[in-house]
This record gives sequence, structure tokens and C-alpha cells, in this order.
Amino acid sequence: MVYVIQTALELGFMYALVAMALYLSYRTLDIADLTTDSCFVLGAAVSVTVAATGHPFLAVLAAMLAGACAGFVTAFLQTRLGVPSILAGIVTNTGLYTVNLMVMGWSSNVSLLKQETMFTLLKATGIGGGWYKLLLAACITILAGAFLYWFLGTRLGLSIRATGDNADMVRASSVNPIMTITVGLCISNSLTALSGAVVGQYQKSADINGGSSIVVIGLACLIIGETVMGKRSVLKGVIASIVGSLIYRFIYAVILKTGIVPIECLKLVTAIVVALAIAAPTLKEWSAFQGRRMKASRKGGD
Amino acid sequence: MLRLEKIKKTFNPGTVNEKCAVQDLSLHLKPGDFAAVIGSNGAGKSTMLNAIAGSFYVDEGSVILDGKDITFTPDYKRSRVIGRLFQDPLKGTAPHMTIEENLALAYLRASDGKAPFSRISAKNKAFFREQLALLEMGLEDRMKQPVGLLSGGQRQALTLLMATMVPPKILLLDEHTAALDPATADIVLDLTKKIIAQNHTTCLMVTHNMQQALTLGNRTIMMDDGKIVFDVEGEERSRMTVSDLLEKFRTGAGKNLDNDRILLSME
Repeated sequence: MVYVIQTALELGFMYALVAMALYLSYRTLDIADLTTDSCFVLGAAVSVTVAATGHPFLAVLAAMLAGACAGFVTAFLQTRLGVPSILAGIVTNTGLYTVNLMVMGWSSNVSLLKQETMFTLLKATGIGGGWYKLLLAACITILAGAFLYWFLGTRLGLSIRATGDNADMVRASSVNPIMTITVGLCISNSLTALSGAVVGQYQKSADINGGSSIVVIGLACLIIGETVMGKRSVLKGVIASIVGSLIYRFIYAVILKTGIVPIECLKLVTAIVVALAIAAPTLKEWSAFQGRRMKASRKGGD
Repeated sequence: MLRLEKIKKTFNPGTVNEKCAVQDLSLHLKPGDFAAVIGSNGAGKSTMLNAIAGSFYVDEGSVILDGKDITFTPDYKRSRVIGRLFQDPLKGTAPHMTIEENLALAYLRASDGKAPFSRISAKNKAFFREQLALLEMGLEDRMKQPVGLLSGGQRQALTLLMATMVPPKILLLDEHTAALDPATADIVLDLTKKIIAQNHTTCLMVTHNMQQALTLGNRTIMMDDGKIVFDVEGEERSRMTVSDLLEKFRTGAGKNLDNDRILLSME
């Protein structure tokens, strides 16, 4: 039982970085960035490949840099070349598939056998005892969250937030929205790649399909977190992405253990949860309108 | 201060919707000029303001501000020296960000793009507070609230403050009080006059109120069909009445003024 909770917490913290990235791209910049899936794999692939050469920390930095490059390509397509933003993400996502294969030496998965990872290095020091994996995952995610919170309070961060809110106003403040979108997507994709990098070293392997539908899961986490935490401020948003991810992994663990929902159906359930959560305001409005209409027709009828 | 040299702009060229919005338009504003712009429907008033602000590049002619040719300068760079307000009070502010954050963004115009990682300092906050107090709307005590909670009038007053906090070389006002209720419109207009007088800002203001066009500022410009048909200042202007202005329009444009909003506002 403890093992299950431990694993859920570990995965929750590691995948929270994706939710955080989506908080930046989807919530803050108002861009549905579909680069996410392949970008996650890119992070894992770079991380595992570089770690295999014996540099687990450099591997994480390299993965984040690679993620930022992916974000830059998506941003370049949509801001400079006029590709619609969703399509820009899909195009980059598709291209990255080949890049990922290339990074992994044209194989669909790579594994770390005896090489050190950040996790094994920490285990060797004895810090954290049996909880060393959780300690590392939590530290990385909380540090990244603190960075994101700090960053969104700087002048550049404020301009990025305003871009999603009112791009005209950003222009009127002498800031180029093309620049803010580019910086925003670079950072969000480097967070996604960081998630992939940590997960890659955690599992000691990277798989070409390891990121499939990670964007929807990340959104689900973000929405769950926002329901619990509220979404008024940046601090709440950042915390919500972590809390939401933890809750999601707990639900996942419960389903896996008890089998109330067959595990094959999990993606469908996730998709439905996300669709319903995003549709909630529209559904609410619709039901209120139907209620009013029913009331009016009843009055008119007698 | 501002010089428009024979600017021309055609929208949707080569299609059935082709519309030449301004043509051969020239205008010269002296430093400290406060000109009211008035004209018929589709006369090109907003197009002229857009051309100055850089919402699009003009097809022909040039835009010169304070001796510098800005014809091909992108809008976000021009905004460093050009302040602008629209009719829609929602256009100038970011609703999900706090008053303080909005002001901090507007204050970026003074920063020259330096120190992108600096935060809003206590000194900035004190300055914003002081500036907000000038609006006399009690906003200085609500700095941590999102702008979306403010009324249209409050938002427009805030936008005015944001546009002028770092004094621009020229202020463009596109019927910025037209969407407000009359009492609020008066407050925002008084604020506008106060701020312009304080900084001696050169200002171009589109209005549909004939009386305002004659009494506000020092100059009245009438437009029709993408051209300036009448431009008056000084003593001649101070002697003019609304009916004189209408007569001038008739002789200048060769037709009656057909702006429904102007006519409705004359009662």
C-alpha cells in the first residue's frame, strides 16, 4: 500500500511539470500547444541518451534546451509564418517524431542499464532513505514551480501574461507580442521536456510512444487542480498544476488497484473528464437557458 | 510635431470590397496642438489615427513624428511615444491582471526594454498609487484587484492614465468617451483635459460632438471621403458656431454632413 502511494506521489510530481507547462501555454498565453506530446518524448530521449554517456545532470539541461528549441519552432511557425497556432503545434509534433527516433539512434526505445542516473546518484548518498525518488522528483518540480511563479512576476512575465489577456494592450506598452509568445512557448516546452527528462531517468528508458496523449492528461491535471485550488492568481495556478497532478495519479493508482474502471478505458475516461471540464461553462449556460425557456413556456401555456 | 505627407491607404485592394479609406491626406500638427477631428461616416478619421499609430503601414506617403520618419516603424515600437485610447473601454487593459500589474505594463514604455527580469518595486507601487489618486476614483485602494472588476468609465480612466503616465509625444483619442454614460463621459473628458494641459501633450481627438469639436482644444479638423475638407484654429475658430461648421462642411465637401451620430447628438 505504501508502495502504491509512494509511486503515485513520485509520478504526480514528475508529470506535474507538464501541467505547469500547460498552465503557461494554455491558461496564460491562451495557446493550445500540441507540441507537448512529442516534446515530452524529446525530453526523455535526450535525457536518457546523454545520461548513457555518463552525464545525468547535463542530460537534464540538454533535454530542457531541446524542449525550448521545439517550442521555438512552434512559436516561429505561428508568429512569423502565419500558421494557425493549433496546426503549428501539430506540425512540430509530427516532425519531432523523426527527431526523437534520431536522438535515440534510430531505435524506438533506449534504456539505461548500468549507467548512473540522478536517482541512483542520490540513492548512493543515502539522503531520503527509501523515499529518495520522491524527494528528488518533488524538489525538481517545486523548484520549477517556484521559478515559474517568480518569472511570471517579472516585467517579461507580466508581458507574457498580458499577451494571452489582451495582445493590443501589450503592443500599446511597447512590447512585441511575437517576442512574448516565443519566450512563453520556449519556457513551457522546456518544462515539458524537463518532465520527460526526469521520467526518462526514473524509468531508465525512453520510448517513442511514451508521450502519447500527455497533453490531455496534463490538461486534466490542471483542471482538477484548479477545481480544488481556484484559479485566481499565478501562485494558485502553479500550485494547482502540482496538486492536480498528484490527485490524478492517486485516482490512477486507485483504478489500477481496484479495477473499478478497466485500465484500457483510462484514456477515454480522461478525455471525457477534460472535455466536460472545459465544456462546463457552456453547459451551465445552456441548462440555465433551457430552465428559463421551460419556465416561460409553462407560464405561456396556462 | 506630427506631419502626415500625402498618405494613402486602400483596404482590400483588387477585390469588390476595395475601399480607399484615405487619399492624399496631409496634416501638420504643431507641438502642443490639441485638435478635434470631426467628419461624416466613413470619412477616414479612425483610418488616419490607425495610420499614425501604425496599426497598418500606409500604401503611399510618409508619417513623420518629431522629425523622425516612422512610416515603416512597427506599431509596438511607435507606442513608446504614441498614447492611444479607443471607444471601447475594454480595449486598453488586461482584465485578468490587477490594476497594479496593468500599470506596470504601461510603465514598460519608460524602461527602454531593459531589465526584463526586474519586478514591480515599492517605489513603482508608490508612484502608481500617487498617479491613481489623481483620477479621484478611489482606485488607489484597489491596486490588487483585477481590472475586469472595474466599470467601463473606471477602465477608460485607467487606460487614459496608462497612456499618459509616461508622457507620449502625441495622444490619439478615438471617441474615447462615446461608449460611456454622460456623467462618466464628463469625468473622463475632464481628466483628459487636465492631463493634456499638465503635460502640454500634442493631441488628436476624434469626436462626434460638434460643440466639443469647437470648444475643446485649439483646432478643429473636418474630414470627408478620406480627405481633410476644413481646418480651422485661432480667432476664426473662436467665432464659429455649430451651424457655421455645418455650412463649412457643405462648401468643403460639396454635400450635407451625413454622420447620424453627430446629427443625433445635436438635438
